[in-house]
Amino acid sequence: MPSPYGPRAETGPPGLAAKLLGFCEELRGEGVAVGTSEILDAFAALEQVPWTSRDDFREALATTIAKSQEDRRLFELLFERWFFRAAEAEAIERGIEETERRHEGGERLDLDELREQVRQAILEGDDGEMRDLARLAISAFGRQGEGSGVVGVDVQRIRRTLGLSAGTQAPAEDGAAELPPIDREQLNAFERHLRRELERDLIERTSTLPPSRPLAELDRALPTSPTQDLAAVHRAVSQMKRRLATLGQEQRGRRKGRTVDVRRTMRASLETGGVPMHLRYRPKRPRRPEIYVLCDVSTSVTSASVFFLSVLHALHDSFRKLRSFVFIERISEVTDVFEHERDFRVIAQRISSEGGVADVSGYTDYGRVWLEFLGQISDELDPRSTVIVLGDARTNGREPHADVFAQVSERAGRLFWLNPEPRLYWNYGDSVMAAYERYCDGAFECWTTRHLENFVNVVAGGVPAET
Amino acid sequence: MAAGSVTEVKEALAKVGYLADEPAALVSFLAQRLEKPVLVEGPAGVGKTELAKALSRATGRELIRLQCYEGLDEAKALYEWNYRKQLLRIQAGGEDGWEDVHGDIFDKEFLLERPLLQAIASPEPVVLLIDEIDKTDQEFEAMLLELLSDFQITIPELGQVSATTMPIVVLTSNNSRELTEALKRRCLYLWLDYPDLEREMEIVRLRAPELPEALARRMVEVVRMIRALDLKKPPSIAESIDWARTLLLMGAEDIDKQTFEQSMSIIVKHRTDIELVAERVGVKLAEPVRPQG
Repeated sequence: MPSPYGPRAETGPPGLAAKLLGFCEELRGEGVAVGTSEILDAFAALEQVPWTSRDDFREALATTIAKSQEDRRLFELLFERWFFRAAEAEAIERGIEETERRHEGGERLDLDELREQVRQAILEGDDGEMRDLARLAISAFGRQGEGSGVVGVDVQRIRRTLGLSAGTQAPAEDGAAELPPIDREQLNAFERHLRRELERDLIERTSTLPPSRPLAELDRALPTSPTQDLAAVHRAVSQMKRRLATLGQEQRGRRKGRTVDVRRTMRASLETGGVPMHLRYRPKRPRRPEIYVLCDVSTSVTSASVFFLSVLHALHDSFRKLRSFVFIERISEVTDVFEHERDFRVIAQRISSEGGVADVSGYTDYGRVWLEFLGQISDELDPRSTVIVLGDARTNGREPHADVFAQVSERAGRLFWLNPEPRLYWNYGDSVMAAYERYCDGAFECWTTRHLENFVNVVAGGVPAET
Repeated sequence: MAAGSVTEVKEALAKVGYLADEPAALVSFLAQRLEKPVLVEGPAGVGKTELAKALSRATGRELIRLQCYEGLDEAKALYEWNYRKQLLRIQAGGEDGWEDVHGDIFDKEFLLERPLLQAIASPEPVVLLIDEIDKTDQEFEAMLLELLSDFQITIPELGQVSATTMPIVVLTSNNSRELTEALKRRCLYLWLDYPDLEREMEIVRLRAPELPEALARRMVEVVRMIRALDLKKPPSIAESIDWARTLLLMGAEDIDKQTFEQSMSIIVKHRTDIELVAERVGVKLAEPVRPQG
């Protein structure tokens, strides 16, 4: 009988070593870097722990194989699946079946009684009990002949038949005592048991093991939260921090103001019998770079500016010497807002209400912005400073003042432009990107965190990632 | 502590006042058995450094600590020649030939041992704590590799110094940057997170035994509520303990609005955080009960 899950997968050679290697292979398939040395460590660790304890076994593997929090998450997901499958494969191989046990009990149990017991087990969070009841429920359910053959569908059907739902329970019909609410987590645990047992059932019935599939993106992702995107931006920015901080400093201003390092000079003098022949200097510590970020918040970039503001927000968390400006027609410094406010939504609100950047028309005027920017901080720009512009370079037909922009570029050490539009749209319509791009050390399209990471990579002198 | 089994390690750690959870105990056990360094990551204030200290107390080994910072170099971490003493030797030698002097001044006697060399050369087994490794640069990490995989240090003038006894090495990181693959590969990995409610209660009650159970539970619940907010610096375990002691000193019987506002600065230490916490958590607490009459 063909399984709805497709053909049977290879079970591979027998023995734990082979199983472990297969497990590592699967981890690699999901992007966890498992090297040979990790595998050797894992085997060494397994010699030290009792295999009878599932927890110890799993922890010993995890500590040697999964070397970051994200790897650990993938490890947990795959561990469950792999060893479940391995056990089932072995059972098929040896022709072990549980058919006998499976149908006893299910016959004489009536649904109401089962429902009560399941509810009780879920409330108590009793794992073993839940598993047994899941089996009973499946066999009782199977008797009604409604199995669809698709595990996910069946799980939900059984759950509904049993009348289980998370949260506060609907009052019982016969006016009995009110039922206590069911915890969402616990209900999920019961559903997991159902799923597992259904899969087991299916594998046994068809004696085929469906091939394992890669984890869905959904499973891989970290637990969702409303600020998840913000978190991704923060990650990319914290990488950027390191790279900006250590880049391009070493060649600047080497000769000036060096101080003699007495300790190292004396140390070096030993080679010449204690006569200090060669002076040694204190290494110049790279000064922290100053960063100026200019962010367009006009309506043409509305969708992008939320993203840009979150970039700014993340930058402020990472850099102490960061000054940020927002502009539409005029420019306004908002460093203070970011420094005193944590909540992203409040920041967005304050900037839109207090920024004072819109004048009459509400259209971006890049030329005027450069003039004002240069006027405000021209004295402070020096070769150590980095200027990052976030904007679409759409001037609405106004004078772009590329010459002023060139002056900014000349004074600042580095100047990058992040454009929220695809490269394809640059220089079409009123976009004057080309006029500015020639003065930039780099211009990038940037509207997702991927692009942001790409920018960070390029800045660090790496290879641009595929987008 | 001979590290006979995971349970023994766990008990030994508990005996010196560190309540380890299952993974932490297992990794400590494996670290001793496999003689591999442990990389501990996790948010600030979950007891990463404390784990190393507890291991040192539990095993009766000396703790050697290397605090990392930006710009830490070999001379501060590994070893340095004591040039003053070397100079004196050269001058005091007077008539000695260069050969004699040369052989002499690059001797152990003129070597200043810094923490890493100290840990390797120590005749007694030690616990080596390399704290906040993520604060250093990648170059320093690369330098650590020889030490971590072979437990030896190469000094050009002297040759290799190998460990005679195996130190337990604990590296901690606040995850402020990705560590290199090469470093991670050589370590066992342990992720420490904030403990769950029951365990944090145990920890608090271990350190502040006089605190009534009901109050301790209430307190830990509030702390967990605060951690759930998006704060610049969420309260650490050490701060929960401090708060517990403060509540004891204040003679508080329950955490009501007034007590909370008075003692909040113990656990929340950032101005914007304080505002946020007062706004979100403060309002959920009951008004103080006014004495009747």
